[in-house]
Amino acid sequence: MSTANILLKVNSIEVIYNHVILVLKGVSFSVPEGGIVALLGGNGAGKTTTLRAVSNLLRGERGEVTKGTIELRDERIEALTPAQLVKRGVIQVMEGRHCFAHLSIEENLLTGTYTRTDGKAAIAETLDKVYTYFPRLKTRRTSQAAYTSGGEQQMCAIGRALMANPRMVLLDEPSMGLAPQIVDEVFTIVKDLNQNEGVTFLLAEQNTNMALRYADFGYILENGRVVMEGAAAELANNEDVKEFYLGLSSAGRKSFRDVKHYRRRKRWLS
Amino acid sequence: MGFFLETLIGGLMAGMLYSLVALGFVLIYKASGVFNFAQGSMVLFAALAMARFAEWLPHWLGLDSLWLANTIAFVIAGALMFVVAWLIERLVLRYLVNQEGATLLMATLGIAYVLEGIGTSLFGNNIYSIDVGMPKEPVFILDGLFEGGLLINKEDFIAALIAALLVGLLALFFQKTTTGRALRAVADDHQAAQSIGIPLNRIWVIIWFVAGLVALVAGVIWGSKLGVQFSLVTVALRGLPVVILGGLTSIPGAIIGGLIIGVGEKLSEVYLGPMIGGGIEIWFAYQLALVFLLFRPQGLFGEKIIDRV
Amino acid sequence: MLYRENGQFKTTYAADQQIFPIAQDRWTILGILLIAFIAIPLLVDEYLFRAILIPFLILSLAAIGVNILVGYCGQITLGAGAFMAVGAYAAYNFHIRIEGLPLLVSILLGGLTSALVGIVFGIPSLRVRGLYLAVATLAAQFFTDWVFLRIPWFTDNSSSGSVSVSNLQVMGWQIDNPVSKYLFCLIFLTIFALLAKNMTRCAIGRQWMAIRDMDVAAEVIGIRPLFAKLSAFAVSSFFVGTAGALWGFIHLASWEPAAFSVDRSFQLLFMVIIGGLGTIMGSLFGAAFIVVLPIVLNQFLPALGGVFGIKISTAGVSHAELIIFGGLIVFFLIKEPHGIARLWSTGKEKLRLWPFPH
Ligand SMILES: Nc1ncnc2c1ncn2[C@@H]1O[C@H](COP(=O)(O)OP(=O)(O)O)[C@@H](O)[C@H]1O
Ligand SMILES: [Mg+2]
Repeated sequence: MSTANILLKVNSIEVIYNHVILVLKGVSFSVPEGGIVALLGGNGAGKTTTLRAVSNLLRGERGEVTKGTIELRDERIEALTPAQLVKRGVIQVMEGRHCFAHLSIEENLLTGTYTRTDGKAAIAETLDKVYTYFPRLKTRRTSQAAYTSGGEQQMCAIGRALMANPRMVLLDEPSMGLAPQIVDEVFTIVKDLNQNEGVTFLLAEQNTNMALRYADFGYILENGRVVMEGAAAELANNEDVKEFYLGLSSAGRKSFRDVKHYRRRKRWLS
Repeated sequence: MGFFLETLIGGLMAGMLYSLVALGFVLIYKASGVFNFAQGSMVLFAALAMARFAEWLPHWLGLDSLWLANTIAFVIAGALMFVVAWLIERLVLRYLVNQEGATLLMATLGIAYVLEGIGTSLFGNNIYSIDVGMPKEPVFILDGLFEGGLLINKEDFIAALIAALLVGLLALFFQKTTTGRALRAVADDHQAAQSIGIPLNRIWVIIWFVAGLVALVAGVIWGSKLGVQFSLVTVALRGLPVVILGGLTSIPGAIIGGLIIGVGEKLSEVYLGPMIGGGIEIWFAYQLALVFLLFRPQGLFGEKIIDRV
Repeated sequence: MLYRENGQFKTTYAADQQIFPIAQDRWTILGILLIAFIAIPLLVDEYLFRAILIPFLILSLAAIGVNILVGYCGQITLGAGAFMAVGAYAAYNFHIRIEGLPLLVSILLGGLTSALVGIVFGIPSLRVRGLYLAVATLAAQFFTDWVFLRIPWFTDNSSSGSVSVSNLQVMGWQIDNPVSKYLFCLIFLTIFALLAKNMTRCAIGRQWMAIRDMDVAAEVIGIRPLFAKLSAFAVSSFFVGTAGALWGFIHLASWEPAAFSVDRSFQLLFMVIIGGLGTIMGSLFGAAFIVVLPIVLNQFLPALGGVFGIKISTAGVSHAELIIFGGLIVFFLIKEPHGIARLWSTGKEKLRLWPFPH
């Protein structure tokens, strides 16, 4: 990656929850303008925490960044509020969707425009755009968000973020609890948005397979540390990644009838 | 018949005041998920400020226009409610984001104590009167229909009118404005609202200020009718059954709930009271609310509680 | 360094499941009990017993009851005072109406009556939830306020519901001086706290917690909300009612309904929230905090005014007390929303890691 067009640069941050729980132990990564970068790792690896640190939603969870720096286009952003970050074009789509249950889909989308100051016409235009990317939402525009399906809620959450006209979207586990087909649909739209609108995505995913298929670059987190990084294609072909995150091994699918099988060791655990 | 109707109308008027108190609850609950026990103290605080400034200003400034003194006092009291809202957000709410309902509820009780303490130390704790020039004289209406007609207070009518106006404005504000939509979003899920750039702090100041203004209006109406005194804080307890009857999240619910409770209280006191001993008003309101709740757990107009596992 | 559990191996299931799995904890608790039962009665003066220790013990008991309902079963109640009143007046009626009924039995019957009333007022919890329920429980509060004030039968026809008891004894043990009252309440608290702790550790406690954490999901996996919720109401009201009977009989000796007003309900809820929801220990911490704080403020404020040469009027003191009490509550909730019990366990956690955190 060239350093010229780095959008977001995270420099060995440490995050502590509740003053006692050390969750991130020096995480560094960077996201280029217009790229899709995936943060991968199992449950509790610290992906969500990393995204929260960037979007500064940590405060509400009683967490804080105690070391390291986070830079957006060379500007330090640790002290900014989420609202200020949204104004600067960085917005997070939270894990588990979090639509406003009692608002209609369209109202949900419109709440995303709170920080915009460029007038009604521009907002209507963005709304149209979101509806073209998510035609499903258009058909459900007047239904209460709580009664739409999981996939529609995920789309609603992403669409709502897009209404803020962001440059960068932090997307937390969009695949959570969705059927593979719907996951595919969501990821395809993400890719389209990235290519046609130039929106940068930072993606936190457990679904390594899916994420690596759509991302350009990936970082693997484990226990609050980055243990591996590389271009998506490289990672997808890496033996360790195959073994631990994709459930494949060099010998193809393993038969559990073979009594002896030597598991690969995680070499980064000394 | 005439007597019944008079009782009924008396109940409606009392209900209007409950509605205003309930409205304050609903506003704050909707936008911040806080069940604000301090609403009664806010009414007391606002009414005390209004009463005392209206009394002091003519001395300080040498005003002799009652109307002018009242207007300035009202503005000052409104400004004070803004300061209160701002301080509450600044010192309490922002640190309690994401806490459980019970914790927040207790925090508002703490706020209530502080407000009561400060209010009475600043403004004194005697009985004060607010005189905004409401017409006190009763009028007879409908004397064509009944012999003697019905005895109604003009004051009550004006109060009802003001309350209705206030409610209309608020409904517009919530449904039609960007800020109103943001307020509803915050009410649903404030973490998500925060994540899309709605500044919670500002929203909370706004909503507590609006609730403070509603408290001020309620305090003025109540105070000009019955005087301002410490026991005003108990109107919060009168407002509670109204809120749950109407639905915690519904502005029309607060109004209609207030009317139902007002009427129910008066009728029960007059017709049921003599049979089982007096003083049943207050628990009767709660039982009435409870009966309604058994049929609609979210209150008459509350947003449906959505259960999905 | 002292607080380490290295080398304490559990070789049986029983050892693994005991209440205090760490030896140091066991010793501490034993020490506290010894101090409470032996040292305090010998050392402490009467004023402390009457003003602090006895109220603390009784309100702790009530707070445990409230905590079972609010902290373990997740049903917020603002009507705890009502159940204290029911306990007190029911015990009173048993006491005067049934000749020769032992005091202990009267008090427990008071608790049982309160449990029955609790079940009745718990029925709405099957339909309504959360804050709606909280307000619904206020119905119990105002209803009992009214009943004991206006229906003379319950109060033996005394005016305005004030009643009194005297000459209390348990199996020949006269409970008339502060030390005996203190010990009597302490025995109650010890037994009931142990009971509560164990109840929350077994099947029924797990059902309550499942209902608390997500009642729909709990129902789906086969927990009966009817049974779980009503049993929580019953057990909680039993505790609170017993505490109410103790409050009336032992602490006040003569009382009227105002002793169990809505303020008492709020006070109890304060205790469990400041102490820590869902912990028995927290109920005790919370009760201690709420009982001691006003007394300290009351003593301390005039003295502080004296230092600065300000004479604070009594009205001024009571206003300042209100402000400071409210302020401290808010401060506490902000600093530790999970209550003193959480502070306690974080402290223990730190001690375990000390001197090498992380
Ligand atoms: N609010 C919180 N308070 C304390 N610990 C937390 C909090 N949120 C997350 N954690 C802890 O941080 C670790 C990482 O969590 P998270 O970032 O959510 O992981 P991921 O998103 O990769 O599954 C977990 O061990 C979790 O227990
Ligand atoms: Mg996560």
